[in-house]
Amino acid sequence: MLIAIIKRDLLVTFRNPAEVLNPLVFFVIVISLFPLGISPSEKVLSDIAPGVIWVAALLATLLSMDLIFRSDYEDGSLEQMTLSEQPLILIVGGKIISHWLMTGLPLTLLSPLLAMMLFVGEQGILAITLSLLLGTPVLSLLGAVGAALTVGLQKGGILIAILILPLYIPVLILATEMIKTGMTGGDYSGHMFWLGALFALSVGIMPIATTAGVRISLSH
Amino acid sequence: MLQVQDLYCERQRRILFEGLSFSVHSGELLQIRGSNGSGKTTLLKILTGLYEDYTGEVDWDLDSWPLFVSHKPGVKDQLTAQENLQWLVSLHQSGVEGLQVGQALRSVGLAGYEDVLCGAMSEGQRKRVNLARLFFIKSQAWILDEPLSAIDLEGVSLLQERIGSHLDDGGMVIVTSHQSLDVEHEVRYLNLGDTA
Repeated sequence: MLIAIIKRDLLVTFRNPAEVLNPLVFFVIVISLFPLGISPSEKVLSDIAPGVIWVAALLATLLSMDLIFRSDYEDGSLEQMTLSEQPLILIVGGKIISHWLMTGLPLTLLSPLLAMMLFVGEQGILAITLSLLLGTPVLSLLGAVGAALTVGLQKGGILIAILILPLYIPVLILATEMIKTGMTGGDYSGHMFWLGALFALSVGIMPIATTAGVRISLSH
Repeated sequence: MLQVQDLYCERQRRILFEGLSFSVHSGELLQIRGSNGSGKTTLLKILTGLYEDYTGEVDWDLDSWPLFVSHKPGVKDQLTAQENLQWLVSLHQSGVEGLQVGQALRSVGLAGYEDVLCGAMSEGQRKRVNLARLFFIKSQAWILDEPLSAIDLEGVSLLQERIGSHLDDGGMVIVTSHQSLDVEHEVRYLNLGDTA
């Protein structure tokens, strides 16, 4: 079932790629505007790089979060999934995984290129990629709860941001600290363990919360 | 069978039903009637378990899950009829074969549309993709919300025939519709609004 829902969601997305490209394009544009807006100097750019890349990744994820349940809610698919004989948590889990495959993973894969643009050294690039690899699934998992709770509302986008941004802050702080440590050649395995712990925690809790959120949204 | 006891539901400060009790046994067809906004869809959602803001008892005694056809078709524009139906069926039973899916599509008059994207279909055709589940999924109880809307005459008679054969097999059907159903079985009516 998990695989079936991932396959279905990816197929739907590939037939309508504009939706999934939006957050990616947003990510690239925001990052490439910083050298133009602040300063093209190597010192300044490599200083702000961790923050810029992570803030852009975070906002791009937030922007795409509303899509995870919206169209399924509107065309009645979500209703059918809730009434399925398959456990809803598997379906919700599959949707979160496919959301990450369509946003978090491409962001992570693009990040080395953008990091080079901001004059980040080799060690820093590795840290950025690793932090995104561990951090973006957490963003998808947390965001899914907000998306599930707001899917029944007309203008859910802003509400998701208000609900979820505070929960994103620890991930942001840990990840940027990890990159800064990495850029100065330090050992950042401690940060990675913490990010991994956040990931494990959200894998355990967030699908349950999202499932409850979907049920609440559908009962109105 | 389905047993509903003393159901009370209020929406937007309006009492939709109060002290509502009824039961449906296998082989029976219950048609719920009522004006717009009288709570037909809400009642069906309560029966399926989607809507939980009510008091009273809803007891199902079934071997299989009830099948709910909502007025939203539940098909994705970006998927073909075949892919959509296969997905909808896989929510209820595993090991779905493409051949059977094609057969179910043919029985609702969608032969030749298997590989057409549902986004390119008319409202009625999309509804038929959803209704094709009735020819496929083995479920004892059907809950149908306005199944006849947007369906042409030929489709309506097809559906009525299918409802009839389902009742013959000992299934039960709960349906909301403004039209009267033309089936050989006795239709029981539940009027919402005026009698509640």
